[in-house]
Parts: sequence; structure tokens; C-alpha cells
Amino acid sequence: MRITYREAVRAAIVEALERDERVFLLGEDVGMYGGCYAVSKGLLERFGPERIRDTPLAESAFVGAGIGAALAGMRPIVEVMTCNFSLLALDQIVNNAATLLHMSGGQFNTPLVIRTTTGAGRQLAAQHSHSFEGWFAHIPGIKVLAPATLEDARGMLWTALEDPDPVLIFEHVGLYNMEGELAADAGPVGIDRAEIRRVGTALSLLTYGGCLFKCLDAAAQLAELGIAAEVVDLRTLRPLDDATILASVRKTHRVLIVDEGWRSGSISAEISARIMEQCFYDLDAPVARLCSAEVPIPYAKQLEDAAVPQIETIIAAARELLER
Amino acid sequence: VTTEGLTPALGRALLFEMLRIRRFEEAAAEQYSAGKIRGFLHLYIGEEAIAVGAIRALAPDEAIVSTYREHGHALVKGISPRAIMAEMFGKLEGCARGRGGSMHLFDAATRFYGGNAIVAAGLPVAAGLALGDKMQGRTRVTACFFGDGAVAEGEFHETLNLAALWKLPVLFACENNLYAMGTRLERYSSQTDLCVKAQACGVPAISVDGNDVLAVVEATDAACRRIRAGGGPEFIEFRTYRLRGHSMFDAQLYRDKREVDEWIPREPIARFEATLRELGLLDDADLAQLEAQIAAEIADAIAFAEAGTLEPVEDLTRFVLSEEQR
Repeated sequence: MRITYREAVRAAIVEALERDERVFLLGEDVGMYGGCYAVSKGLLERFGPERIRDTPLAESAFVGAGIGAALAGMRPIVEVMTCNFSLLALDQIVNNAATLLHMSGGQFNTPLVIRTTTGAGRQLAAQHSHSFEGWFAHIPGIKVLAPATLEDARGMLWTALEDPDPVLIFEHVGLYNMEGELAADAGPVGIDRAEIRRVGTALSLLTYGGCLFKCLDAAAQLAELGIAAEVVDLRTLRPLDDATILASVRKTHRVLIVDEGWRSGSISAEISARIMEQCFYDLDAPVARLCSAEVPIPYAKQLEDAAVPQIETIIAAARELLER
Repeated sequence: VTTEGLTPALGRALLFEMLRIRRFEEAAAEQYSAGKIRGFLHLYIGEEAIAVGAIRALAPDEAIVSTYREHGHALVKGISPRAIMAEMFGKLEGCARGRGGSMHLFDAATRFYGGNAIVAAGLPVAAGLALGDKMQGRTRVTACFFGDGAVAEGEFHETLNLAALWKLPVLFACENNLYAMGTRLERYSSQTDLCVKAQACGVPAISVDGNDVLAVVEATDAACRRIRAGGGPEFIEFRTYRLRGHSMFDAQLYRDKREVDEWIPREPIARFEATLRELGLLDDADLAQLEAQIAAEIADAIAFAEAGTLEPVEDLTRFVLSEEQR
């Protein structure tokens, strides 16, 4: 069936609400407004205000309330409008959700799912466009997911809800309107493996989220130049699937990591280090990275476009890596 | 409970529990000086009437979320002195396997959710526990203890608003000991009447002498009854005073020794002991018996902690994630 990424996420939420009465959605404008990005449109009418809860603009309180409700046996889905706003709840996410199980000696696990948006491309400027998933991937005690495909938008949520520990799902704002075919019986998917989205031999493009389709488009154009690029969709940023990453590197011997986060101290730096540590002698060239410019993402379109990886810059970086 | 309605059994029980916290913490301070307990140790000495009086109002399955000054709450809720002392000794037999120490006591059996060392960060979690209860049709209160310093945090205002809006069954128990670490209330808060801050969020608030254990019992019991009946959250300010430093490292340069001296006659244990004696409910022999019982229990706790084992270093990364998925 034809479906948008937005509709796929909504279908996942609906499935969860129908399958498990402990599941409920809370967040800013998820109810009457229908979600800032219209993901939860129609859900209030269908499931009622107990299970589709509009919250005050108080990220710390409603994320913390999600933690407490999870501890009390519920399965909350907390929507944080953008990952920029998630910083207002950083204390609850890092000091509580990620920490409680270990700090309590294994007594209190937190089966919480937080969904949030990430990324640039809609001219929303410097307080709505950043990519903090790599930051969160630094933190032990949580899982960090970046669904890029319709299958993952549809399937990762239920698997995350079944996880006994906190899972953060980063949905790229540029993907919500993406439309494509999804099997009518599409359901839960695994969240522990990276996926090869295009097979190739000349180099590996390691990417995730909003950059996946840019990389696939770049790989298609590179193919016209006779360059067979492999595209690896990381899908999960914590824990990273080293096995799939390293297998691809061992096959192609050249790596370009494409990451919408900033370069310094980023998930791309972590992946690069792991490749160096584990398969240095398989490399024919230093690991290359294409990240966002180290600036707050600006409003003006030409500046915003220049700040984040694009198909053209991915192609250029790939050709430079191959010296072709 | 008024002094007229005070039975000998209740009077002795309240005194026993307060004394037990006091002696336990005095022993902890000794063990700290001896190097057996490390890190931060925040003593509750002078504030015992609040934990003893307030937690009495809770049913065994009603949860507590507390702060890093939580030995008293943990003891009254029912975590054993053994498990608490062992935790502070960093032993595997501690109530958090020695991973939390003094500031992070946890116990699933008594529904004790910490031991939170980020000021006010326990409040949203308490609201969530109450939300979980409410959504699952359980009639129970979640009690959230925090200090006066917490009312300056955004999470205080965010949570009281949310709890009032959703009529969550939370008791917000503010232990106002006048200092946010070393900064006195008037120096950090534009509004020094803390009840006003709670009322601004639509949360009913009262102020109680937190050094009068009977007043604490009465106020908390009434509040918990109203909360269980569906009345929504309530805020109680318990006015008290910390007789020791903020932690064991505190040179107390921020307050005058005379101020501390002024609070000594108002401290809860001596005060309640005097009341019991006046009413003829306690004599020297009774007190000696309580002290002996407590001393034995604490000696046992220390011996237990001393004899405890260390969590193997190989287990360092256990429980970062739940075991079931390893």
C-alpha cells in the first residue's frame, strides 16, 4: 500500500495502543492539535484523553512522568517535539532513565520510549534543526534508534516498547512526507542490526536517518560513473552493530561516513575509531567523514543547504576518497 | 493525633523511630570518620520527626521518592539498617549492591525509589509513579520528599503544575531546613513563603512544624486521606532545621553557631521525649530500654556491613541494560 513515513509512524502508534492497554502517548500537542508534525492526528478522538495526553510545555516534568509511569507498570510513549527541546529534559533522560537500573543494583528498569524529531532541511533555523542523536548515543543505559525507511518507521516502535529499558527514537523531519510502498502486513522489526540498503564493492557509505536517501541517490549517480557504492543504514546508533559495519569495510576497503551531526566528538568519530581499532589493515584509505558544518543551522535556504550533507557533496567526497 | 489522644504505644513507637534514625546516623558519622563510609554523607539529624511522622501515614505498598538526605526515610519505610549500612560501606549486601552509597538507597520490596542526588529531579518521577497508579486504577499515594532548595528548580514548578492539572495522587513533602546547601532561603528565593509557590500551581498547601512529630503525623495523615479520596496532590511544608552540616565536608561558614544553638531546644527528639515524660508515658527505664534495643540493632548493622562482600569487578557492567536481553 502507498503510505507516508508520517502515516507509518502513526500506524505503529495505533498498533501499540491497540495491542497493549498499558501503552499511552504523552507530549506537547499530541492530542487536540494532532502532533506538531501531524503524526498523532485523529488519535485523541479514537483513544481518548487518558491515552493521548496533551502535556504542559514542561519537558522535564512530562519526560520524568513517563519514567515514573514506566516504573509503575505502564508503557508510555513520550513525544518530545524536537530533539532541541529534549535538552530541557536531559536531566530526566540521562540522570534518571539511563541511570536508575545500574544505580539501583538492577532493581528498577525503565521501559520507556521517547520519540522525537531531528535534523535540518525545513528552514526551521538554529533551535529546531539540530541532530542530537549522536550525543544521546554517548550514554550507557539507553538505546538510540534512527528509523529511515517506511518499514522501520512502522516497525521499530513496537520492538522498542517491548524493550525493558529506555529507547529513544529519532525521526528525521525531512522524512515525514516521504511516500512509498509498504506491505499491508508490515509489522515489528528488529532494532539490533544495521542493514545493507545497496550492495557495492568500491566503497562503503555508512549513514542513517535523513542522510540515508541522499546516500542512496548519490550511490545511484556514482553507479553511472562506474563506482559501485555500498550503502549501510546503521538504524541503531546505540548499540552500534559493529559486525555489519566491519563486514562491509572488509569487503570495500574504503569508508565514507555521512552524518548530519557535527563532526567533532560525533557518532561518525566513534564509528571511525571502531573501524580503525578493529580493521585498520583492511583499509585502503583513511576513513572519510562528511558531517554538518560546525555552525548553528541557519534559516536561509542556501546556508542551510550548505551546512548539511547533500547528494552532490556525498558524491564529491566519495570520488575524492577513490581519487576518481 | 493530639497529646490527649496519644497512647503509650504510639508515643514510644514514634520516639523509638526518631531515636533509631538519630543513633543510626551518629554511627554512620563515626564510620565515616573511620574511613569505612566514603563519598558524600548527608545527615538528617534534627529533621527526624518528618520522616517518622509522615511515612506513618503511608501504606506499605505506597511509594517514596526521596533525596540524597534519605537515611531516615529509608529506615522508616522499612529498609533494614543492615542493608543501608552495607550500602554505605559499598558492599554487595547493600540495598543497591553498593553501587549507590549513602545518596542512592533503593529498594523494590518497600517501593523506595531513591535516593536522588539531583535536586528536584525526583519530583517528575513521583508524578509519573502516581500517574501509573491512577491509570491502572490503584488507590495509593506516592510521597515525594525534597528540600526547600528544590522549590527554586524548574522541575518543582513543572511537576506541581502537571500533578495538579492531572489530579495525581502525590504528596509533595517539602523539608524546609532553611538552607539550600549553604545558601539561606532569603538569599535564594524571592518568595520565602513556600506554600505560596505550591498554591500558584493550584496545589493545596499547608505549613507544619516539622519538629513536632505529632503535628507531622496529623497533617500528613489527613493529606494522604484526601489524596487517596481523589482530591489530587497536596503540598506540605515541614519547617525544620539541620543541626549538622550539609555533608561531612561542610565547615558551616554560612551560618552563626548561635543560630544552631537556638534550634537545639526545638529539636524533635528531646522535645517529644519531654512531652512523653510530662504525660507520664515514659520514664528513664523505658528510655534505657529503647536505647539498648537501638544500640544492639546498629551494632548488628555495622557488623553485617563489615562482614559484607564486595561486588566482583567482573560485574561492573551488569544492569547497564536489563539482564533479560543480555
